[in-house]
Amino acid sequence: MNSDDALRVLATMERIRHFEERVARLKLAGEVFGLIHVSVGQEGVAAGTCTQLRDDDAVYSGHRAHGHALAKGAPMNRVMAELMGRETGLCRGMGGSMHLVDVEHGFLGATGVVGGNVPMALGSALASRLRGEDSVAVVFFGDGAAQGGHVLETFNLASLWQLPLILVCENNGFAEFTPRSAHTVVERVSDAVAPYDFARETVDGNDVRAVWSSFGGFLERARTGEGPFLLECLTHRLSGHYVGDPAAYREALAADEWRKLDPIVRLRTSLIEDGTLDEAAADAIAAEAIAEVEAAETFGRDSAYPPESLTAEVAYA
Amino acid sequence: MSRNETYVKAVGRALADAMRADERVFVIGEDVAEGGPYTTTAGLSEEFGRERVRNTPISEAAITGVAIGAAQSGMRPVLEIMYIDFLTLALDQLVNAAAKAHAMSGGQLTVPLVLRTQGGAGQRGGAQHSQSLESWLTHVPGLKVVMPSGAADAAGLMAAAILDPGPVVFVEHKALYFRREDVPETIEPIELGRARTVRTGDDVTIVATSRMVGEALAAAQELAEEGIEAEVIDPRTLVPFDLDTIVASVRRTNRLVVAHEAVVHGGFGAEVVAAVQEAAFDDLDAPIGRVGAPFAPIPFSPPLEDAYLPGRQQLVDAVRRLSVGSPSLRLPYIGAGLTSA
Repeated sequence: MNSDDALRVLATMERIRHFEERVARLKLAGEVFGLIHVSVGQEGVAAGTCTQLRDDDAVYSGHRAHGHALAKGAPMNRVMAELMGRETGLCRGMGGSMHLVDVEHGFLGATGVVGGNVPMALGSALASRLRGEDSVAVVFFGDGAAQGGHVLETFNLASLWQLPLILVCENNGFAEFTPRSAHTVVERVSDAVAPYDFARETVDGNDVRAVWSSFGGFLERARTGEGPFLLECLTHRLSGHYVGDPAAYREALAADEWRKLDPIVRLRTSLIEDGTLDEAAADAIAAEAIAEVEAAETFGRDSAYPPESLTAEVAYA
Repeated sequence: MSRNETYVKAVGRALADAMRADERVFVIGEDVAEGGPYTTTAGLSEEFGRERVRNTPISEAAITGVAIGAAQSGMRPVLEIMYIDFLTLALDQLVNAAAKAHAMSGGQLTVPLVLRTQGGAGQRGGAQHSQSLESWLTHVPGLKVVMPSGAADAAGLMAAAILDPGPVVFVEHKALYFRREDVPETIEPIELGRARTVRTGDDVTIVATSRMVGEALAAAQELAEEGIEAEVIDPRTLVPFDLDTIVASVRRTNRLVVAHEAVVHGGFGAEVVAAVQEAAFDDLDAPIGRVGAPFAPIPFSPPLEDAYLPGRQQLVDAVRRLSVGSPSLRLPYIGAGLTSA
């Protein structure tokens, strides 16, 4: 990761962080609707991976998908408008937080079905292979998805066909409200794929340089048609499962403990230490992100709801 | 120009034609490269290779997801789920992803997927290899559901299904697979949503799907000997559904029997009955009759399975029942019976 990359990644993380913190507030204020899952604390994974991809690379995600969509290039104002149910939204107000799609930027979609998009990502990798292209497919899923039959079936199929698929597991240790240890004896998701002989790595997902480097290595190989790969990013979900979750099932981290883990603080500090940035320049990156969030909020609020006719219009292609 | 060929050969020929015409079309499923248990895809891997005629492990959920993902990425997969009974394992992908992708993305995504499967009983397959589950699929907005009753329709409807921009579930019937029919030499797509009037008649309308179309024709022949002329209509596609053709017929015949092999309870026939009575209540001279299977898992033992399956006799009986108590009685057989009672 050179210094230009690092600045881009830092800006991406700041954008995601400020967007999601605002979304959480707007949800509680009744301006954003539906089931909202934020990834505050996990931004390093989205930013360290998606910023290395092209528009023709297919990215899939799950229910905690705002960060992946933004990092893949979805315009923030249209993501915000989507969460507000407006016609200017990414999906014209038909999808909402858990069903973000931005075909133009290769974000083929989030899903509210845990692990549901994992086989679909393999299908996009198959399409790439059948057409003889060098595009790749990437799917983000949580450690909670790795106990699903469809996900395990996909591990087998991906290794059998050796398609250019990069599986990125965000292991935050919690499947919704339950610690991983209560659901499986396999501690690391990368061990769950061991029999299939994937190239696999487990990294500190809050060390964005490590994420960048491991993902970049896999990506380079996937471009030549190799695969599949599994990158397990150990990370931490700072807030509850959804906005409004009292999270009584676990103890919150102390603030100073969290500062040592926060992927944004860590990258920012290292860039200041190595002289790439000074404090003012780093603050300016955050301020720019906040301004973009403000503009997105205004854009969403000023946009109209879609016409009732839209429901029938898009039921069939 | 036509050729006399079986239902399976007609489906296979439609697939091969589509693969020659469009390199985005590929076939994926369990044992498809070997032709499958009914030889439907026989010969395809020899012509198109095993990349485009792709065998899979027995992982219905994942392969359905793979087909959807490939479709979203611009390919035109034809996925085979070997028995409709095993569609249960793939329903999440079909219902939550394929059916809704276009709507949920505000029209950005399209899923041009054909999911081929086959259902139906009569081959002593027992309760897990014989079901007719199509009514579930008709309840999901975003899917189209096709049920061909003969070789020519199967070929033309398959051609149309592959051209369709959205997900189409194509439900074949195993008991029809080796029946022959004249199929056009050049397979032309048959528009989805157009019923076919298989036999004309003025006394009663029978709407029948899949294997029950042949049974309805046999029943009509028996009824004709008694002076009752039945019109037999095959909707061919359940979604979209050609209600107009059926209503126009009922306005003439004033009587309707709806028949499918699936269990009557909660079956697609109930939807047809509701739609027709809404559209043509005043034209009906009798309650609409329904023919289907009893509400029980399909038995294995041959005499029990034979007794379970609806067919010609149940249709004849249903048509006869329609005229009981009807003032505009035009059915002399029933009239005679009532008088003597």
